[in-house]
Amino acid sequence: MLSQIEGSKAVAKTVAACRPEVICAYPISPQTHIVEELSRIVKNGELTGCEYVNVESEFAAMSVAIGASATGARAYTATASQGLLYMVEAIYNASGMRLPIVMTVANRAIGAPINIWNDHTDTMSQRDSGWIQLYAEDNQEAADLHVQAFRIAEELSVPVMVCMDGFVLTHAVERVDVPEEADVARFLPPFVPRQLLDPDQPITMGAMVGPEAFTEVRYLAHQSQLDAVDVIERVSAEFASVFGRHTGGLVRGYRLEGAGTVVIALGSVLGTLKDAVDAEREQGHAVGVLGITSFRPFPYDAVRAALAGVAQVVMVERAFAVGVGGIVAQDVRTAVEGTGTRVHTVVAGLGGRPITQASLRGVLAEAYAGELGRLTFLDLDRAVVAAELAREHAAEAPRAAARTAVRSPDAADTVPAGGAVPVR
Amino acid sequence: MAATPVKFYQVGSFAVGNRLLESGQLSVQSDPGRTNALTSGHRACQGCGEALGARYALDAAMAVTGGRVITVNATGCLEVFSTPYPETSWRVPWLHSLFGNAPAVATGVQAALRAKGSDVRVVAQGGDGGTVDIGFACLSGMFERNDDVLYICYDNGGYMNTGVQRSGATPPAARTSTTQAVGEHPGNVFGQGKDAPRIAMAHEIPYVATATVADLADFEAKVAKAMTFRGARYLHVMVPCPLGWGSASSHTVRIARLAAESGLFPVFEAEHGEVTHVRRIRRQVPVEEYLRLQRRYAHLFSPVRDDVTIARLQAAADRNIARYGLLEDTAVAELSYGEPVVTGAAPTLDFPVPARDHHVPSTSAGPGLDLHERPDPLIGRPPLPGPTPGDQETI
Repeated sequence: MLSQIEGSKAVAKTVAACRPEVICAYPISPQTHIVEELSRIVKNGELTGCEYVNVESEFAAMSVAIGASATGARAYTATASQGLLYMVEAIYNASGMRLPIVMTVANRAIGAPINIWNDHTDTMSQRDSGWIQLYAEDNQEAADLHVQAFRIAEELSVPVMVCMDGFVLTHAVERVDVPEEADVARFLPPFVPRQLLDPDQPITMGAMVGPEAFTEVRYLAHQSQLDAVDVIERVSAEFASVFGRHTGGLVRGYRLEGAGTVVIALGSVLGTLKDAVDAEREQGHAVGVLGITSFRPFPYDAVRAALAGVAQVVMVERAFAVGVGGIVAQDVRTAVEGTGTRVHTVVAGLGGRPITQASLRGVLAEAYAGELGRLTFLDLDRAVVAAELAREHAAEAPRAAARTAVRSPDAADTVPAGGAVPVR
Repeated sequence: MAATPVKFYQVGSFAVGNRLLESGQLSVQSDPGRTNALTSGHRACQGCGEALGARYALDAAMAVTGGRVITVNATGCLEVFSTPYPETSWRVPWLHSLFGNAPAVATGVQAALRAKGSDVRVVAQGGDGGTVDIGFACLSGMFERNDDVLYICYDNGGYMNTGVQRSGATPPAARTSTTQAVGEHPGNVFGQGKDAPRIAMAHEIPYVATATVADLADFEAKVAKAMTFRGARYLHVMVPCPLGWGSASSHTVRIARLAAESGLFPVFEAEHGEVTHVRRIRRQVPVEEYLRLQRRYAHLFSPVRDDVTIARLQAAADRNIARYGLLEDTAVAELSYGEPVVTGAAPTLDFPVPARDHHVPSTSAGPGLDLHERPDPLIGRPPLPGPTPGDQETI
């Protein structure tokens, strides 16, 4: 049903339409509106046959989901940021046991310093956890991805994270066609678990696996992610046939025809990027946008195909590997290996800093001119950074002197004037 | 050839042989049709109290529920020794997730069953580390929500699976690998540790009980009683660990009994936060009887006897005895599961005080009643670490 609705409520209503049997939740901004709405939906009887469990931590939330899923229930939870990190041990456990849990992550920065606003540092930290990760561009896609996520998860027996930008999407009121339960029922069959805890057919789940079989178990998890590439694309197509909308899938291009430069991004920044690219195209620049919906599994073939003949990529990332640079860019480079396509990383929007068209177009201008470096921090206030580095350097001097004073009494520990280090 | 004495009755305890009991009083373990929830082939140490406890508990739960049980297990010895893939010793549906989340996983299992309208019950279990330390937040959450889960803690007072490190349930003065028998105050310090059953009671959950593997009838009855309640239930079971405690594998049941009979481990039941029954001490023993059978307390007796510390441990036992009325006739009703109740004052028996430090282990009724010759657990072992200043560790 078309409605003007907050992203969190649209997601909550969509999750309810998927008829989960166990919902467990621990509040954390900016996920709260999702679990609040689900709590209301369950408590007032709009969703029957569902247990809503208020747990004492995110670690418990994922653990409750594990127990529920292993008992054959469709299980859902939602979190963000520190909460995601607090449940990490259980996140790996859920994927290791191939439990098809669906979780919304309202993307938010990780502290310290504590920051409640949006970036992708939280989910990027879980890129190797064995979960499928789907990123929503807008609230329509956020809602639709949940319906698709349950299908993908249960078909593959792999858990799925639906990542939606905190506040930017969760708290934005937009027009959303919220999936109706009757339509969802035509698309999403009841959950038939691959295995479950049942007194009539007792099984042991979570056994200890030693060196003789561990590699094989891990390889099978890898294989399930490889299989997911096709499943994600097929489920998106089937969704379109039922709901008449093309959402989800692996990647989605925008104005890629004849593009020499392509900007790649995940999530809500894609809207801003499309506006920026429209403006650039009007100026005569051959530039397009590629949105990556499925970050895990990473769709190497689809990305490579979309970038065929593209001279350079500007990878806009809302997270980065400290001391290294881009995270998604590493996968993009692998995808275009040998094609000659250059990949520039632009780290942007950390901790909720707005990513403006003006700044993006400035970066694109540098890219056209061949002046964009391998790693750029968008809108970084270099004066602030320089002042702090100078202050730190001054404060460091007396401590450095103290260290030298400690070393100097023992001549054997000092480096000789010639620079040769004594062998010990 | 020396004649072997044949004894038809167990001596030194108040237990009665099963064949003398009414059918309704027979233990689940004596029933050939029991589940054998934890069946043979597992890799627990000889004399493992936890294996014994898990078998007793789950067989009893299966018996009382007609086999309608799903179990959740924390990481630990019980999980490791029972499920080396591709083998399993479990004959019940069994789920292991992590070290610290068994109560929450059990909540999830229960929530799924409730959503599906199932009558299947949930039993979660873990060691003391998984319960009172790393799993405590999840345990408290499960209690507070009053989720319909029976959680059983098998307490052997330490992280035995990782090599006998101290936990929040390690008793004072006990030697572990992280509270070694060195320094001015060897072993674990006094004034620390959690009383998990009393904390469970503070949640005012329907049922909290303690038990030992020495008293099968009492233990089974408590599991059965726990399953008559809905909501969160907690059973804290004393399970000696021959490896971690440095005790003879044949002494597991004996040591568990001495823990209760000395007062160091009070055996009681509570409902909705109030103690309702206590297992009265039949024949009080000094704590020394209990301590002497365990090398983790060897520093209390060798090279010199540490009367001060032994007295402090006796004081702890006396405090339990006073708090729960373990020697009183009428403080609270006495449990009467499975075995005849002796009324009136507790009988007193003389116990021979061990004559030497490296003594042959005795039964609680005296060494002469031992049916099997036990090897001295101290013979052939490296000398006890003593608080000798200046000793150099060699690597």
